Amino acid sequence: MSDLRDLYQEVIFDHNRNPRNFGKLEGANHQAEGFNPLCGDRLTLYLKVDEAGIIQEVSFDGQGCAISVASASLMTEALRGKPVAEAEALFQAFHDLLTDGHGHELDLGKLKVLEGVKAYPSRIKCATLAWHTLESALHDEEQPASTE
Amino acid sequence: MSTATENMAPPTTAGHGRATGPAQGLDVEAIRADFPALHQNVHGNPLVYLDNGATAHKPQAVLDTLAQYYGRDYSNVHRGAHTLSERITSAYEDAREKVRTFINARESREVIFVRGATEAINLVAQSYGRANLRKGDEILITELEHHANIVPWQMLSDQTGATLKVAPINDAGEVLLEEFERRLGPRTKLVAIAHVSNALGTILPVAKMTQLAHEHGAKVLIDGAQAAPHQAIDVQSLDCDFYVFSGHKLFGPTGIGVLYGRAELLGAMPPYQGGGEMIREVTFERTTFAEIPQKFEAGTPHIVGAIGLGAAIDYVGAVGLDAIAAYEHSLLQYATQRLSEVPGLRIIGTAADKAAIVSFVLEDVHSHDVGTIVDHEGVAMRTGHHCAMPVMQRYGVAATARASFAMYNTFTEVDTLVAALHKVKEMFAR
Repeated sequence: MSDLRDLYQEVIFDHNRNPRNFGKLEGANHQAEGFNPLCGDRLTLYLKVDEAGIIQEVSFDGQGCAISVASASLMTEALRGKPVAEAEALFQAFHDLLTDGHGHELDLGKLKVLEGVKAYPSRIKCATLAWHTLESALHDEEQPASTE
Repeated sequence: MSTATENMAPPTTAGHGRATGPAQGLDVEAIRADFPALHQNVHGNPLVYLDNGATAHKPQAVLDTLAQYYGRDYSNVHRGAHTLSERITSAYEDAREKVRTFINARESREVIFVRGATEAINLVAQSYGRANLRKGDEILITELEHHANIVPWQMLSDQTGATLKVAPINDAGEVLLEEFERRLGPRTKLVAIAHVSNALGTILPVAKMTQLAHEHGAKVLIDGAQAAPHQAIDVQSLDCDFYVFSGHKLFGPTGIGVLYGRAELLGAMPPYQGGGEMIREVTFERTTFAEIPQKFEAGTPHIVGAIGLGAAIDYVGAVGLDAIAAYEHSLLQYATQRLSEVPGLRIIGTAADKAAIVSFVLEDVHSHDVGTIVDHEGVAMRTGHHCAMPVMQRYGVAATARASFAMYNTFTEVDTLVAALHKVKEMFAR
């Protein structure tokens, strides 16, 4: 089962068991819902972005598989204190990592533990749900973000 | 109890994967030998295919039939007078007759070839439904329906102003008959019910429900997608007005399915699609339509698919549907018992009368993770909402894992599934 460990790394179990920044964020000025119709995962993302366009606070709640919960948790850690433009660039780099895996100029840091998802095409949507929801939240879209 | 293979498996019979009388049990190893796709490794482990509720594998006899009719006896049906056309037309109509026998319809013209159960339901909704339903009329379904037996009726309701009503189920996943009956009334024009629930495995008392619906003057459609591969179907004894199923779950090709309808109903219904094949005479002023079944088979049908479905019906007929039902029931009992022993596992759907489908959730592990991890042990299982989101909502779960069995599954495979689930628990327990 060594290759399965590439997907389910200890960091992922850790973030699934104890998701960081979990719960509703009071005073959020951006919020969006994400939904993966394939597996029924749902999450809500809350952001507090200041006037300078810096993500000051971020949290999420909802339910999902270990990959989607861990990915959301890791994402919130990565986003705190980042300018919005940088957050969007991070999404692009993360998306590339999971789909074609080519080189990146951006350092993805801890997010790299999700690279194993690349080998599981049906699970890529689990890992990107939170990020699609981030896009919706930043653009204040009314419709829930969907991975479909 | 480690394995029941020795003492619970039905007696084997000689033969080539076929051939056991309905009462004699079946030879699962001989059947398995007829299904080439079952003999492969997944992630280095022998495939354990437990996703038959989604689609079933094909016996060599079906694959050979497809090769024969694409490779040699191929042409279009009901067209030219040439030899190949006559040959394939006769095979296509033979397949219709095989379906007639399979479901015990009165006449073969009551058998319409469609793409699958979904198209059959849409056909009835758009043809029968639009012609016969008005504002204020009611359509009654149950809480456990597949989306294919919900959405076409919602669309029809939007088009006609009819109202969609839903009969609830109990915690075991059984339709509450008194609640079902309470929702029947003079406005009920159509009742559409699953024969077997794809998400819960419940076998519905469809004969009784049909009788109740008929007492109120409603027509009845039965969605037999999950029933046809696993038990004998008799549309005359069920007394339903429409019965639908898909070929691919019955070990036949994808893209082919069946709508059965009473001849007098089908005869009075307007066509679903216009085109070639379904006409008697066409002028720019006026077209007259062909008789059934051609009226509902516009365009070139899935000819070879229908013939392949006929071959699949021959195959299950030779094994014997009563033998299949009995064997699968013993598999279900064994699987239910073994799965119940897994700590933290909760079975969703515990009806007294069940087909060989076991939906479950594992404490603290999302079913999507279950699916990925057991796949590494070779076990193919559906995870998700099973196109039955209202059922998931009823049980307060986002998704379940589902093991759905077919005649070629074994008791040892149940053991493999259980062992794989223990590995899931191990991984998540750290």
